[in-house]
Amino acid sequence: MTWRRSSTALLAAVPVAVLAVFFVYPVVGMVGRGFVVDGRFAPDDVLAVLARPRTLRVLWFTVWSAGLATLVCVLAGVPLAWALHRLSFPGRRLLRGLVLVPFVLPTVVVGVAFGQLLAPAGWLGFLHLQGTAVAIVLALAFFNVSVVVRTVGSFWEDLDVRREEAAAALGATPWQVLRTVTLPTLLPGVVGAATVVFLFCSTSFGVVLTMGGLRYANVETEIYLLTTQELDLRGAAALSVLQLLVLTALLALAHLTGRAVPVDRVRARPRRPRRGDLLALGWSALVVAALLLPMLALVVRSLATAGGGWTLEHYRALGHVSAALPASALTGLSNSAQIALVATALSMLLGVAVAGLVTRPGGGRWRSVLDGAFMLPLGVSAVTLGFGFLVTLDHPPLDLRASPWLVPIAQAMVALPLVVRTVAPVLRAVDDRQRQAAASLGAGPLRVLLTVDLAVAWRPLLAAAGFAFAVSLGEFGATSFVVRETTPTLPVLIYRLISRPDAGDVGTALAASVVLAVATALVMLCVERVRP
Amino acid sequence: MTLQVVDLSVRFGDTLAVDDVDLEVADGQVLAVLGPSGCGKSTLLRAVAGLEQPATGTVSWDGADLARVPVHRRGFALMFQDGQLFAGQSVARNVGYPLRIRHRPRAETARTVTELLELVGLPGYGDRLPTTLSGGERQRVALARALAVRPRLLLLDEPLSSLDVGLRERLAGDLREILRAAGTTALYVTHDHEEAFTVADTMAVMRAGRLVQAGTLADVWRHPADADTARFLGYATVLDAGAAALLGVPGTVALRRSALRLEDDGDLTGVVVSTRSTPEQQRLVVDLDEVGRLEAVAARDRAVAVGERVRLRLDTSRVAVVTGP
Repeated sequence: MTWRRSSTALLAAVPVAVLAVFFVYPVVGMVGRGFVVDGRFAPDDVLAVLARPRTLRVLWFTVWSAGLATLVCVLAGVPLAWALHRLSFPGRRLLRGLVLVPFVLPTVVVGVAFGQLLAPAGWLGFLHLQGTAVAIVLALAFFNVSVVVRTVGSFWEDLDVRREEAAAALGATPWQVLRTVTLPTLLPGVVGAATVVFLFCSTSFGVVLTMGGLRYANVETEIYLLTTQELDLRGAAALSVLQLLVLTALLALAHLTGRAVPVDRVRARPRRPRRGDLLALGWSALVVAALLLPMLALVVRSLATAGGGWTLEHYRALGHVSAALPASALTGLSNSAQIALVATALSMLLGVAVAGLVTRPGGGRWRSVLDGAFMLPLGVSAVTLGFGFLVTLDHPPLDLRASPWLVPIAQAMVALPLVVRTVAPVLRAVDDRQRQAAASLGAGPLRVLLTVDLAVAWRPLLAAAGFAFAVSLGEFGATSFVVRETTPTLPVLIYRLISRPDAGDVGTALAASVVLAVATALVMLCVERVRP
Repeated sequence: MTLQVVDLSVRFGDTLAVDDVDLEVADGQVLAVLGPSGCGKSTLLRAVAGLEQPATGTVSWDGADLARVPVHRRGFALMFQDGQLFAGQSVARNVGYPLRIRHRPRAETARTVTELLELVGLPGYGDRLPTTLSGGERQRVALARALAVRPRLLLLDEPLSSLDVGLRERLAGDLREILRAAGTTALYVTHDHEEAFTVADTMAVMRAGRLVQAGTLADVWRHPADADTARFLGYATVLDAGAAALLGVPGTVALRRSALRLEDDGDLTGVVVSTRSTPEQQRLVVDLDEVGRLEAVAARDRAVAVGERVRLRLDTSRVAVVTGP
């Protein structure tokens, strides 16, 4: 028992220490800077920031744009979740992978893609949406539909199909089954997904920064503007604290709606579509088309010349070093891949240790505290984290300013919650009696881990690694702060390119976006393949 | 008012889960479909309910083909092994569910629910939540729910299998009374032959997707279709015609364990190989002269030693003639 306890403590110490140094310390450092003025603790000044009309405007925009985008996601995603998780048709696996792609697309790429689609000369230019709040809402929704599809879809798969069958056999019409049995059981899943989507939308950085221009700012871009442009650390700190509080509350809510899947359940075998499914199928097709359109627009525009012809010139330019940039796009891609590899390794090491810890039976209260603590990076803005790195890790005791580890560590912190979220449920589903049986048959702790846990977890582990890699590849918020001038990542380069009005550079940015999108999409398709 | 299943096959990919099955259940009858797990009996039941698409064949009610009738319009009710009560709803709401979705008046629903809960022996349980019930109580509630709209046909999928033995025996008896009282026509899937005998009027035996035998309980009991069926029905030994002739019975026969009884004036002889005591009697394995090893019983108070030469008698009422191979 003591052995087990001390091994648990040891297992816990490393991730907790890493989280403390590379998450809590930078965030507290960044927030603390705002609260301390001339060496004096001055919370009043910070609170005054929240009453500024500009702050209120930013808060209001954050709430309503995220709320509306969440609504769009739910309306678009729930029928799609049903079609992709309960029906069987050719190409279903591919579609599931494709729907996941927007979520890991670099925010910068999505901004560029929507810009191309909605520009006056773009395919949807006639809607006159460019630069409007509607465009931002649509882009946010585009990003997060997959969250609803994934969460609600897996809920739907886990739903014991016999319950619906029992209702149907008792005379309930399909509509009545949906209303009286399916939706009530699904509701926690929908609420949980909506909460997470709202969280992602309200902390979106890249999309709002690239599409909002000067007119629209949410809390995240405002923190960025306040810190980098106006050097108003107090304002930024106030917003960070507010964001932290609200998002922690949301995370707790999402956590509460988490479910316990009954062990003895019968999963539905996906069935062939029937005539009655046409409405839902049509709607799903429309949603998929809407998801593909921006990506398609991006590809087409990256191949188009100004005159209306076709060219590979933008792609050839990927290898060129232009005067204004520190590196070519190809070098950027290579940097991104290397950094993402390191970040993936880090987040996997930490994430798996944390997942193992929080799913160990009998941890009690500490376990759920730990579980929550490692979800925090989801709730803290990447910008706050990035800026925190900048202000705390650039001087002793920890001077990492010139270290190549800084960017991977920042990205690992961003990817960590996703890894934990992917691996923990799988480990939790392992019946502890299996471990006990293995131990009683003479297996040591390591052997138990190999024969029982790893046997079920290796696929989710691979999936989590792929997920972490894709997220790191496209990470922009935290990276934009800590990236070293000599080794820029591809998203950072793309942002630089599109911020400059030169047409040729925009073409290169488009081509680079396509390359980055294809790279992340490939990773995600592989993830989808190895998922159980 | 009969259920007819003709040439029914259900295919899952390459495997034929149900292979060319014919069945009939007459009005008010309870048909038990008996078979080992994985024999396709539950799939047959699901196909009758409309939950599986048959590859070939028809399911019809009173001569009307049900192929195009969706699950909820068949007027059947299905009861699962684990009840599948709606967890968030009280017992009364669960039982009233089929009535509510048919928009029956509230007073009528409440009255029916009360009656049904009395019928299944759970009066006053209406406000309880399913999670507070024992396994047996949950199955009773599921039964009440299935009976709520007087289904034309009740489909029961191993309804007692998840319960422990004593409770299962008691509930099987109750189930028969309840089905009789309600005059329900039912298809009862089980792997337990004793349960089938308690609940059903007629029996169909399935193996590997195929129907091997159907008939009244007495028919199936006295004349199992083949050796495997006999063993599945709890017969301890099957003897081929040659061996059976030595015992003085014609044809291939199946013996229950208690068919051979140690009696000092018996007409058969053999050597005791092993003995084991049970609360009721002694169970022996005897090497019967010229026949070979067979199971036998002896009274508890008769001292039997291994290696002892004994006389035995065959009780022909505990012997069945196997019709097939």
